Amino acid sequence: MSVFDGLKFRKIYSPVHNLDPRMKFIYVIIVFAVAIIFSSMIPLVSLFLMQVPFVMLARVQKQWLRSLRGAMFLALFIFSINIATNFFTQGYTLNAKNIEDAATMTMRFLVLVESFSVFFLTTSPDHLGLALEQSKIPYEFSFAFTTAVRFVPVLAEEAQTIMDAQKARGLELEKGNFLKRIRNYVPVLIPLIVSAIRRSLELAEAMESRAWGATKKRTNLYELKFHRGDYVLLALTIGVLIVTIYAFLYVPIPTIRSFFGFP
Amino acid sequence: MPIIETKNLSYTYPSASRPAILDVSIKVEKGEFVLITGPSGCGKTTLCRTFNGLIPHFYQGELKGEIIVAGKDAKNHPTVEMAEHVGMVFQNPENQLFALSVEKDVAFGLENLGFSREEMRKRVNWALKLAGIYDLRERSPHEMSGGQQQRVAIAAVLAMQPEIIVLDEPTSFLDPLSAEKIFEVIYDLNQKLGITVVLVEHRLDLTAKYADHIIIMDEGKICFDGNTREVLSKQETRLIGVGIPKATLLYEMLKKEGARLSNKTPLCSRELADIIQEALK
Amino acid sequence: MLVVEDVQFTYPSGVEALKGVSLTVKDGEFVAIMGQNGAGKTTLVKHFNGLLKPTRGSVRVNNVDTSKSSVATLARHVGFVFQNPDHQLFCETVDDEIAFALKNFGYEQCIIEKRITWAVNLLGLSQYRKTSPFMLSGGERKRVALASVLAWDPQILVLDEPTIGQDHRQKENLRQFIMQLQTQGKTIVIVTHDVEFVAECNPRVVLMREGKILADGQGKQILTNPTLLEQASIVLPQIAQIFKHLTTQGFPVNIIDIYEAKNLLMEKLEERKHECL
Repeated sequence: MSVFDGLKFRKIYSPVHNLDPRMKFIYVIIVFAVAIIFSSMIPLVSLFLMQVPFVMLARVQKQWLRSLRGAMFLALFIFSINIATNFFTQGYTLNAKNIEDAATMTMRFLVLVESFSVFFLTTSPDHLGLALEQSKIPYEFSFAFTTAVRFVPVLAEEAQTIMDAQKARGLELEKGNFLKRIRNYVPVLIPLIVSAIRRSLELAEAMESRAWGATKKRTNLYELKFHRGDYVLLALTIGVLIVTIYAFLYVPIPTIRSFFGFP
Repeated sequence: MPIIETKNLSYTYPSASRPAILDVSIKVEKGEFVLITGPSGCGKTTLCRTFNGLIPHFYQGELKGEIIVAGKDAKNHPTVEMAEHVGMVFQNPENQLFALSVEKDVAFGLENLGFSREEMRKRVNWALKLAGIYDLRERSPHEMSGGQQQRVAIAAVLAMQPEIIVLDEPTSFLDPLSAEKIFEVIYDLNQKLGITVVLVEHRLDLTAKYADHIIIMDEGKICFDGNTREVLSKQETRLIGVGIPKATLLYEMLKKEGARLSNKTPLCSRELADIIQEALK
Repeated sequence: MLVVEDVQFTYPSGVEALKGVSLTVKDGEFVAIMGQNGAGKTTLVKHFNGLLKPTRGSVRVNNVDTSKSSVATLARHVGFVFQNPDHQLFCETVDDEIAFALKNFGYEQCIIEKRITWAVNLLGLSQYRKTSPFMLSGGERKRVALASVLAWDPQILVLDEPTIGQDHRQKENLRQFIMQLQTQGKTIVIVTHDVEFVAECNPRVVLMREGKILADGQGKQILTNPTLLEQASIVLPQIAQIFKHLTTQGFPVNIIDIYEAKNLLMEKLEERKHECL
């Protein structure tokens, strides 16, 4: 699914890739807050366009566009649902206000997809894991996260091998009606689950043998430190937040439909 | 004082009907390279797991008899405490590496023990260099070969600077060439750093030459325990079903047919070739 | 009969695993495919039962083009035993496990019963018929996997790394079992890097390297050629290693059998004894 392409980390070098994931996360949260505060098209569209230079700086335009394309389906769905809701709850009329409201909701969704996409495209799982480790979250959770990410390719390969092994015994995964097809996966799922359990026992043994749980004060080989770029991002994001709050409180924002003479 | 000593050690797994090891009494001296071998199911893996406390603490079940490792009573010290003295390398390379980079994996034990960052850096670099993988330190484990992964596991154990390293069939999944390289690394650690090595292996042709001391087990009991050359020249070992090095077997065959060869039983092809060359002078 | 004609195969990830491989395996042959990890051995044998279809070139099994056939159809002729039996086992009893493929292939219940009994006896598993395969030891699980593939009596048997994790005795049993199957006329293909095992069996050896076939010939010839083995990153068998160190004494290098070695050495030693007298 192309929307997932927009979430897979790409190992390129750009200033954005080097930014501290915690700072990038703050950026995502603030974009989220700003998107919630405004319910009119102009600020949301500006918010959307403002992030584009950021995307270009991160050199992930292609993947980002792909994720947007994938999100279009969901966006259309949101648009239609909103139109339909407005239609049915506001007296069966379809006017400019309804359309603009629905468009606004959709735009909000797209802004969020945009910022999350940039976050995941430019943050490696290691970096993420490190950020988790350094935060107040208990180590067990960040360990679970990084270990899971570490084993995803291993499990994927294993699933393929198991499918091959069972196909070689005559299993035809594609045959039969819907129910039969689900049953066909039992010979694939059981070995996969058993293997996962065995694997976790072996991992636990290895962890114990390397002093897991020796002290509560676990140290870390790496340390995430904020650099100049992180502070620049912080300043920009906070700047946008301040402008947002000011605009929301004091600046009357015209609606798109008012340009066309609609109420 | 031996660095590992067991007296009448017996253990039964929780759901098993028979003991996995019975009445095992062995002594391993500091700095020795010990080889433990025997047919599948003989109890060698079980015995290994008693050295660092996985048995009885991780596996539960009843452990009878005495066991002292690095001066500690392993029955009463959980694995976490034994980890600084006894490092363990397991059979499957993939299931011993958890981190997303080699460096982080090697540092794992030290992080658990709360070492300072500077000390960790030093030890991690030292261990990586000894295992010959310093250049691979930023790679992720999944993109490495089995042999490289096992080296990471060895480095990870080494970083904690244990007195003893136990390796349970570390080359099972590796091809013979990678296996040879791993054994060379291990032997190097034993010779250069004086680390006591306990190696469980089937491939005697690749490992017998490194070991001063060999222990052969069968059905949970110790069958032979002593100097490698002495034990492997005994006829009785042929009955157990271990892979005696072909060089040793060939030497025996030649001696039986009356060949006048030196009395030193060869443990590998090179040694036999040298003996033959001597005899042909 | 297996005919591989100039097969090239590239994985979806872009890795070129096979770069033009041609091979013919006649009925009843015993072939060992050897080479380093990544040489393309497993990729090649996965073409035999259609798990992989060539990007270019063709593979024909008993004159059937694999690219036009499904895995299930090809599997009836080519039984594939994977390296790790735990990747196959999922049933509640050994009987069910062996019956799985037979059911997939549409055998009738009475025939299935007969086949299970036959397979179970062949591999010494009769006392475990109603046992769960998960309760068995590693070696026993390997036998169950083998039994479940032999049950439908495929003409060609492919074993992927059958000696991994096996002790000396188990390997000896496996070797004798393969010999037994051969006398029954089966075609056996093993993928392995266990040089000693192959030296004991002395089959036809196909050496692979970087997606191509480096050498194809009698085991004894190939396994004692140090240049070839070095190129393929394989170690010499133990007996050959002894003679490699003795070339200055005029010994031939192509010895892999222990009895042949003994005779040769005794000859030379007796000669020397007489020279001294």
